Amino acid sequence: MLTNLFDGVALGMLLFVLAVGLSVTLGLMNFINLAHGAFAMAGGYVAVVLMRHYGVPFFLCLPIAFLTTAIAGAILERTLYVRLYDKSHLEQVMFTIGLTFMAMATADYFMGASPQIVDAPPSLAGNVSIGDLEFSRYKIFVIVFCAVLAFGLQTALTKTRFGSRLRAAVDDQRVAQGLGIDVTKIFAMTFALGSGLAGLAGALGSPIISLDPIFPLKYMIYFMIVVSVGGVTTITGPFLASLLLGVADVAGKYYVPTVGGFIIYTLMVAVLIFRPQGLFGRPVKR
Amino acid sequence: MSDTPLQADRDKAFAFLKAQARWRWPEIALWAFAFASILLMPSRALLINEIAILALFALSLDLILGYAGIVSLGHGAFFGVGAYTAGLLAKAGAGAAPLSDPTLGLLAAGATAAMIGYATSFLVLRGNDLTKLMVTLGIALIFQELANKFSDITGGADGLQGVTPAKVLGLFDFDIYGKTAAFYSVTVLFLLFCAARVIVHSPFGISLRAIKGNALRARAIGVPVDARLRAIYTLAAAYAGVAGALLAQTTAQVSLDVLEFHRSADTLLIVVLGGVGTLYGAVVGAAAFKMMYDFISSYTQQYWQFWLGLILVVLVLFVRGGIMGLIARLTGQEERA
Repeated sequence: MLTNLFDGVALGMLLFVLAVGLSVTLGLMNFINLAHGAFAMAGGYVAVVLMRHYGVPFFLCLPIAFLTTAIAGAILERTLYVRLYDKSHLEQVMFTIGLTFMAMATADYFMGASPQIVDAPPSLAGNVSIGDLEFSRYKIFVIVFCAVLAFGLQTALTKTRFGSRLRAAVDDQRVAQGLGIDVTKIFAMTFALGSGLAGLAGALGSPIISLDPIFPLKYMIYFMIVVSVGGVTTITGPFLASLLLGVADVAGKYYVPTVGGFIIYTLMVAVLIFRPQGLFGRPVKR
Repeated sequence: MSDTPLQADRDKAFAFLKAQARWRWPEIALWAFAFASILLMPSRALLINEIAILALFALSLDLILGYAGIVSLGHGAFFGVGAYTAGLLAKAGAGAAPLSDPTLGLLAAGATAAMIGYATSFLVLRGNDLTKLMVTLGIALIFQELANKFSDITGGADGLQGVTPAKVLGLFDFDIYGKTAAFYSVTVLFLLFCAARVIVHSPFGISLRAIKGNALRARAIGVPVDARLRAIYTLAAAYAGVAGALLAQTTAQVSLDVLEFHRSADTLLIVVLGGVGTLYGAVVGAAAFKMMYDFISSYTQQYWQFWLGLILVVLVLFVRGGIMGLIARLTGQEERA
C-alpha cells in the first residue's frame, strides 16, 4: 500500500517535470504541441549515449540533457513553431504529430527499437528499508529532486521579474504586449525552458520508465491528461494533476491489472466533461 | 405583394444550392475511372479495395472536420466498433445467409457506430479544441482497452478469426483476388459519397459551414448549433462504422489494429493531404496516401514513419488546401468557401 503510494508519487513527480513545459506553452500561446514527448525522449537518449559510450557520470548527464534539449527546443521554436502560432488547431496538431513521427523514426534508426535499460548510478542503487518497508533509493532521489525543482519553478514564477511577466502574458497576452512586455521573447524562452525540463525528466526517468522509440506517443496521452486536468493557468494545477495521475496509474495497474489504462482514461473523460477547464484551472477567456 | 421579394430571394437561394450541387464532368470521370480501374488492373484489386475503405473512413472524418470544424483524434473508435460489429455478425452466421449477409453487416455496423457516436457526441461537443481532442482521444483509448480486455469476444491480440461473410446480395462470392471485394467497397463508397454530397449541399450542410465559420453568429441567426453538430457527428460515426465493416468483411478478419491511434492519425493526414472540407479530398487523399505508402515502403519499410512525418510537416507549412486546393489553384477556380 505505502510502497504503491510511494511509486505513484515518484511517477507523478516525474510526469510533472515532463509536462510542466507543455502546460505553460499551451497556456501562453494556446498552441497544441503534441511533440512535447519527443523532447523528453531526446533527453533520455542523450543521457543513455553519453553514459554508455563516453562514460559520462550520471549526474553530469542530467544538466547536459537539459541543455541539449533546451537548445534544440529554442532552435525549433524560432525556425518552425513560430510559423504556426496563428494557424488553426488542426494544423498545429498535424504539424506536431508529424514532428513526433519523425522523431520516433529517427530514434529507431539510430538507437534501435528495443527499450534502453539504464542502471541507476551506484550511489543511488538498492533500497532503503524503513521498518519492514523497502523504498528504492533512486525513486527517493527522483521525488526529492523533482520536489525541489517544482518548488524552484513556483518561486521563480511568483517572485522573479521574468515570472511576473510570464504570468501577465498568460493571463492576457494583448494587454501584456500593450504594457511593453515582449511576449514573443518570453514565449521563446519558456518554450526552450519547457523543452529542457522535458529532456531533463527524460534523462532522470530513464532508469525507472522504459525508453524506446514509441515513448513520445506512449506518454503523449499522459502529458495531455496532466495539462487538461491540471489546467493551463497555474503550475500548481499540473503538479497536483501529475501526482493524482501517477498514483492512480500505479494503483490501477497494481490492484486491478485487468482493467489497465481504462481507469485513467475514464477519469480524464469524466473530469473534462464536468470541468472542461480542468480540475484546478480557471476558465480562460479568449 | 409584400412576399414577392422574399419569394425571389428564396428562388435565388435554391438556384445557388442547385448550382453548387450540380455534377461536374471531372467528378463523373473520377468515378468512372474508379470502377474501370478494377477491370483494367485486376491484379491491383486488393489495393483498390484498401483505398476505397480508407477513402470512406477519411470521408467520414471530413464530414466533421471539414464541414463542422470538430478536430478529432479518436475517430478510429467508430471504425473499430464497425469492424468488430460486422466481424462478429459474420462469424455468428458462419457464412450462411441471414446473419453473415454483408449488407446486413454494413447496416448493423453503421447503426452501432451511430448509436455510440450519438451517445459520445454529448461529451465531445463541450469545451474548446483541446478538450475535444482529449475527449475524442480518451474515448478511442477506452474502446481500445475494452477490445483488449474482452478478448473472449474480440479475440484480443490474436484478432477475430473465422469472419466469413456470405455472398454480396446473395450473388457474388468474395474471391481471393479481391475483385468482388473491390467492386463491393467502391460501390459502397460511391453510394455513401453521393449521400454525403447531397447532405453537404443541403440547407443542413450550409448551416454546418455557418457553424464552422462562427458558431456564435450561427446561433444568432437561429441555427440550432448543438443539435446540428450532434447530428453530423452521429452521421460521421455511422460512416466510419461502415468503413470498418468493409475492412472486416473484405479481409475476413478483425484485429486490435483497427483501434490503434495511428489509424486516426493517418486519416487526419489523408483528409489534410486531399483537402479539408471538399469531400473529394478524402478520395484523392486516400489514393495518394496509399500509393505513397506503397512507394516509400518498397524502399524503406521500417522508416516509413519518418517520411510520413515529413509529409505532414511540409503539408502544414507549405501546401495550403491539400491536393484539391492545388487543383483549384491550377485550374484557376476560386475556392468556394
